Amino acid sequence: MRLILLVTGLAAAPVLAQSAPLRVDINAGLMQPMPIAVPSFAPGNGASTEAGTTTALGERAAQVIAGDLRSSGLFKPIDPAAYTTSVGIDDVLKPDFPAWRTIAAQALVTGTVTANPDGGITLACYAYDVFAGAEIARQGFVTTAAGWRRAAHKCADLVYSRLTGESGYFDSRIVYVSETGARTRRIKRLAIMDQDGAGHRFLTSGQNLVLTPRFAPGQQTITYMSFENNRPRVWLYTLGSGRQEAVGAFTGMTFAPRFSPDGQNLVFSMAVGGNTDIYRFNIATRATSRLTSGPGIDTSPSYSPDGAKIVFESDRGGSQQVYVMNADGTGQQRISFGEGRSASPVWSPRGDYIAFTRIGGGRFGIGVMRPDGSGERLLTNGYQDEGPSWSPNGRVILFARGDRSGQSGLWSVDISGLNERRIATPLDASDPAWSPLLP
Amino acid sequence: MTRQLPKLPLLALVLIAAACTPKKPPAMMEAPPATARPEAPAPTPTERPATVETGPSSIIPGSQDDLRAQAGSDTVLFGYDSYELDGEARATLTKHAAWLRANPAVRVTLEGHCDERGTREYNLALGDRRANSAKNFLASQGIDVSRLSTISYGKERPAVEGSDEAAHAQNRRAVTMVMSR
Repeated sequence: MRLILLVTGLAAAPVLAQSAPLRVDINAGLMQPMPIAVPSFAPGNGASTEAGTTTALGERAAQVIAGDLRSSGLFKPIDPAAYTTSVGIDDVLKPDFPAWRTIAAQALVTGTVTANPDGGITLACYAYDVFAGAEIARQGFVTTAAGWRRAAHKCADLVYSRLTGESGYFDSRIVYVSETGARTRRIKRLAIMDQDGAGHRFLTSGQNLVLTPRFAPGQQTITYMSFENNRPRVWLYTLGSGRQEAVGAFTGMTFAPRFSPDGQNLVFSMAVGGNTDIYRFNIATRATSRLTSGPGIDTSPSYSPDGAKIVFESDRGGSQQVYVMNADGTGQQRISFGEGRSASPVWSPRGDYIAFTRIGGGRFGIGVMRPDGSGERLLTNGYQDEGPSWSPNGRVILFARGDRSGQSGLWSVDISGLNERRIATPLDASDPAWSPLLP
Repeated sequence: MTRQLPKLPLLALVLIAAACTPKKPPAMMEAPPATARPEAPAPTPTERPATVETGPSSIIPGSQDDLRAQAGSDTVLFGYDSYELDGEARATLTKHAAWLRANPAVRVTLEGHCDERGTREYNLALGDRRANSAKNFLASQGIDVSRLSTISYGKERPAVEGSDEAAHAQNRRAVTMVMSR
């Protein structure tokens, strides 16, 4: 289902001057999450939609927004049972600030859900600084009734971005590999869900072993690897139609595929006769160029957000380490010099960090380094943490964590190393990839 | 319900058919049921005597079982992050080569596998190296490369469960798999 989300400004409100604007510092070390109140959104009218009454949608939208903000680790939504005031449609524009101050809410997110004559809805989102008694942000989202959840995520993104100064990431999805069955005969399926776990569905049947999905920048296509017909190679999956298509006709195994930032190229590895190199493949013209050569294993390529460079791993120096090269394969240069091995690098969409998997001392962890290799920090440590993927705003990293019993799940961690948390999936899970923000 | 098939004669037929089929040794590459831990892991070179014979009619010549019986094992093992063939692996593959010469119509796929202690994509490449080590050795023994193909499963298809070094050692392997004709 494709949603069209129209973003409109609400009636213009004067921005109130503030001497000390309410702000969440996401780079602070041991910060206290900001207490925030997110009461049920008020029904803008009494009408019903195919997704439920405006009252019901208002309750659910507030829950989605509170869940998003809580998951960031930066906000602490206050238990609605503590609220001393209810929110009707008049209170949305004129909140009872003293009542919210009594429960120590620093910020208030409120709004309305209105059914439109065309069957759609308008979700109006308002954010306030409770102590200053001032509006922080407001925006209206016009969408289909079924799109109410995305409108709620957009509202949460608005609040997050106004209070942190960073762009949001809640209106996004995760594609990953769902796992079940014995380790010797694991069944793996591509699955997709909203970043908060809603709307989960399987994309492939489990008949073929599938690995390492990644979104195209436009998000309507996913590239992944499949063992269909015992020919392990790179495939494309089109989300709208469910169409699956093998990429190119290569003699060797192709794997580790990623899109270029403009969506026109894939980079992936090809193994020929025991040697693995990185290739670039133009999806429209099928033109293929080899970017690395030599006897080492060169794999896990990832473009810089401007498309000018590619980070990858190679064991050419004796063990897996992280290298950077120009997008045409020139200027290859090792950047990781930490202890142990450094593998599966992924360039942040902001360009400021490269996430990677550290193998050493019998443990696997997720780390980050600057694109020149400096400032290395390890964020996690587990039996088998691997496969990092960035949130659209480059502040959160998804990864897979496996244990000795063979179970595996999705986790996320903030680039500060804080807020390590499990992402619920119906079955075991691995190889997560976060989408860009939805259009 | 309009028609009930007679059950007894069918069952009898199945039993007769079963009685006529020579009992095959268990297929070692078949995975155990989803919930069970494997009691019979994939064979290691030392687990079976090289001259296993369960009766002249029980093993189809040129089959996977025949390869296992004649060569002692269809699997060679590797060290951690290694794709070098040690003496034991070369000895086993030498027997595979002899068996392939004796069965000239047979084609095989060399499967490369890894333990779980590597990243997924690196292990796909490492499995490819292991499969090609085995393939290149067979080719050096005079086997026509047109009879030899390779596939890497990385760490996706361990032979045995478990997360200790004993299990990992069993999973770092190349398997000579007879291709169905």
